[in-house]
Amino acid sequence: MATRSEPRLQAIAAKPASPAWWRNPDVRAVIYQVLALLLVILIGTYLVSITMHNLEVRGIRSGFGYLDHEAGFRVGETLISYTAADSYGRAIIVGLLNTLRVSIIAIVLATIIGTVVGIARLSKNWLLAKLASGYVELVRNIPLLLQLFFWYSAITGLLPAVSAAVELLPGIYLSKSGLMYPVPVESPAHLWMASAFLVAVVASVFYTRWANRRQETTGVRPPVVQVVALLIVGLVAAAWLAGGAPTAFDAPAKSRFTYTGGASISPEFLALLLGLTIYTAGFIAEIVRSGILAVPWGQTEAASSLGLRRGLVLRLVVLPQALRVIVPPMTSQYLNITKNSSLAVAIGYPDLVSVTNTTLNQTGQAIECISIMMGIYLTISLAISLTMNWYNKRVALVER
Amino acid sequence: MANAAMPSPLPSDAPMVQLIGVNKWYGQFHVLHDIDLTVASGERIVICGPSGSGKSTLIRCINRLEEHQKGRIIVDGTELTNDLKNIDQVRREVGMVFQSFNLFPHLTVLENCTLGPIWVRKTPKAEAEAEAMSYLERVRIPEQAAKYPGQLSGGQQQRVAIARALCMQPKVMLFDEPTSALDPEMIKEVLEVMVELAHTGMTMLCVTHEMGFARTVANRVIFMDRGRIIEQNEPEEFFNNPRSERTKLFLSQILHH
Amino acid sequence: MSETQAFAETPVAEPTRVDLTRDWVRRRLFDGPWNSLLTILAIAFLVWAVPPALNWFFFDAVWSGGDPAACRGAEGACWAMVHDKYRLILFGRYPYMEQWRPFLGMLVLIAAVAVSCRRANWKLWLAGVWIAAFAVFFGLMWGGFLGMTHVRSELWGGLPLTLLLAMAGIAAAFPLSIVLALGRRSKMPVIRAICVVYIEFIRGVPLISLLFMASFMLPLFLPEGISIAALLRAQIAIILFSAAYLAEVIRGGLQALPNGQVEAAQAIGLSYWQTQRMIVLPQAIRMVIPPIVNTFIGLFKDTSLVAIVSLTDLLLAMRQAVADPEWRVYFVEGYVFIAMIYFVFCYFMSKYSQYLERDLYTGNRRS
Repeated sequence: MATRSEPRLQAIAAKPASPAWWRNPDVRAVIYQVLALLLVILIGTYLVSITMHNLEVRGIRSGFGYLDHEAGFRVGETLISYTAADSYGRAIIVGLLNTLRVSIIAIVLATIIGTVVGIARLSKNWLLAKLASGYVELVRNIPLLLQLFFWYSAITGLLPAVSAAVELLPGIYLSKSGLMYPVPVESPAHLWMASAFLVAVVASVFYTRWANRRQETTGVRPPVVQVVALLIVGLVAAAWLAGGAPTAFDAPAKSRFTYTGGASISPEFLALLLGLTIYTAGFIAEIVRSGILAVPWGQTEAASSLGLRRGLVLRLVVLPQALRVIVPPMTSQYLNITKNSSLAVAIGYPDLVSVTNTTLNQTGQAIECISIMMGIYLTISLAISLTMNWYNKRVALVER
Repeated sequence: MANAAMPSPLPSDAPMVQLIGVNKWYGQFHVLHDIDLTVASGERIVICGPSGSGKSTLIRCINRLEEHQKGRIIVDGTELTNDLKNIDQVRREVGMVFQSFNLFPHLTVLENCTLGPIWVRKTPKAEAEAEAMSYLERVRIPEQAAKYPGQLSGGQQQRVAIARALCMQPKVMLFDEPTSALDPEMIKEVLEVMVELAHTGMTMLCVTHEMGFARTVANRVIFMDRGRIIEQNEPEEFFNNPRSERTKLFLSQILHH
Repeated sequence: MSETQAFAETPVAEPTRVDLTRDWVRRRLFDGPWNSLLTILAIAFLVWAVPPALNWFFFDAVWSGGDPAACRGAEGACWAMVHDKYRLILFGRYPYMEQWRPFLGMLVLIAAVAVSCRRANWKLWLAGVWIAAFAVFFGLMWGGFLGMTHVRSELWGGLPLTLLLAMAGIAAAFPLSIVLALGRRSKMPVIRAICVVYIEFIRGVPLISLLFMASFMLPLFLPEGISIAALLRAQIAIILFSAAYLAEVIRGGLQALPNGQVEAAQAIGLSYWQTQRMIVLPQAIRMVIPPIVNTFIGLFKDTSLVAIVSLTDLLLAMRQAVADPEWRVYFVEGYVFIAMIYFVFCYFMSKYSQYLERDLYTGNRRS
């Protein structure tokens, strides 16, 4: 019959005619991409050639050799030893360490303050909620640079001179020149105390594991928080006693017109820390608040109707779900703190951008300097992004 | 009669749930008016009424998800007051199933069921899991124990919610429109589980629109409107001889869909 | 039968206003010992902070008087400084007699924003309105025709500069960000790679480094003889910066759009660009207008960074005005003044964004 005829079988077996090459979407895709690449390469080559020419004309050297040359400038505060005779490379590392130093401390403080303010905004207490809202609205609507300039001007303009420093707490003095505070005198007991702390932490981990197992087998949960606190405080105190109970502090002591002894924080660092912390805490407060609000009220109701008390409802049901919503934007804010610390250049804190700026002005090698600076920031951003992606994948809620 | 196979409520002196002159306001809106209700142990009560009639609020007052301003609520001898100990005691004896399931999405089905027993009744983990599995079998989804709620259908999630409430071994089960959020083909599986539960003599208060369920299982049907109990009666009498005009109107609307 | 005994002696009555207020105070301020303590601490803080602040701000303040001597004895704020310097703060070094031009230009720009706020106006002709507004603004600022003297861009400053940088930044970044967002979702690996690299690079570095790049490196990229003004360099940096962040916002909208929309368009037979232009982009962008407004608020605040590359925006203009040795001590008043300006702009924009969110999303929610 007709169904088995040759022409029909041939028609079935034959492949459809290929469209003309310019209508074939796969060919088009390749062409577009090739064109895009060509465009990028063309622009790139053009820019590079002009730049090389301009560099020659202006007598600017190229290459990264300058990193080994003597820097010739002093840096206001450093974590590692540095003098004007050290290389530019070392100066950049000093700047990077300063950036990390202020960023990490600001991250910790902003997280604590932001979380407290965020929870306060959700409080049943009307006054507390309104005060917290006022704080958040205020800091979020004023540029960070303005806040930084304000704090810096206030510290260096309104605070008294060193000779008349304000004593905030015994041994802690605030003045135009920053904050001075006492540090314990070096003693072998400190090593003991540090080791005791580590031992206590490890012991706490094991104890918590044991407590969990105990609860699984008997149903009764041994006290965890109190025991861990006791362990840490107790062991460290014991080590302190064993080391001879040193109480010597090197405190700032008034001598004529200034103070000697103790340690100090520069006004630049103080202003930067204050500005970054207070500004970012406002954003973190909003993140914490929306994270907690994101957990449906029904979850709290279901947990309460099982008989769980408020503390357990928070710990077992609300917080795990809230954290999933809070962590991604939170890490974004941590990244912002690191990038915003670059505003240090405006108030004279020697961070990475500051040092790069000085190096740039001295060597004229703008391209190399700025590239190094950007490269470092990109690395930090990448590290934080990757960590966040890993965390997100790990805690993603399993759905169909 | 449809109710013949059901165990009848135990006659006892102390009722399981008592509401005496209960009143509640939201601000100035009077949402519950002088509610008097006594539920004996083993009784199955269906509460129906138009939306806004306060029926959900009523049962939510029984496990203190809502606070009543005037009157008394007594559950299994414990009076509900601001005293946290009383509230904990009542919540241990009362289980609740919600319209939107409210399963904990970050825990597996099994962990959802064992959370209460482990942390409130202080049951050892192995024992809690064994009990949870037996309840999951009763609601006919033991094979889903390791799955997460997000992976289950609506009907399955609601059955898990019922098992979760049962794992606390409550004396009273409250149902707040358990099938209203379900697709039609899943309503049956949940109702079947509830009917089986009724077979075991559990005291149940259900807010629902499923009148077939009311006819099968209920000892009493209560009609509420605008915060008051208008009428209550045995199902047959209630459906065939409604006494109040409002009841008649409501029944005519709901039984002709 | 004690349980069923009558409970209350008082008849059931509706709670009165006084009852409700007392109840509110008890519940919201003094609910339990911890809350009561917090309320008392909060009230103590307010009593300690507010009256002196009010005194400084209003009651003891000096409002006018041409020279600093008037403020020297006073305990309150020296608003006389603002009174004396406000033109410098608001307009920078723009020639005094011509300052009506930037003022008018600002009004035109703000009018364009106001027109964009009405949802009914979210159509294609709105782009024309913005282009016209910018044309008028540039015409007024630049001058050189209609009897207006020519004013170089180096002299532009203050609030008009801040507005220009932010608004031109977002307006010019918009088309670029759409291309980037679409490119990032493209199936062609090379296109996607280029877009991803650009977006992640810009988002990974601080804005200040981009401003430095524009200030120091851009001149090196230009052929000999061509130079561009500092203002244009900063503007380019800001445009490239906002394009990356906007692209991510728009990408969020593209992802949220149900797949069925593209499928329906394909079923009708629309080409890729037709689909994007007529179906996808209008819906996707509408969905993310609140985040776009938030990005604009952030950008508005970020323009203050051009102060670091010596562009006289509102922040730098204020610092320069206050650097005057006679008025230098009153820098706090200067900061408070421009903080209020920034606050007013940003606060109302964020309220608008919240209003939009409520409005847009109630429409989209399934009842």
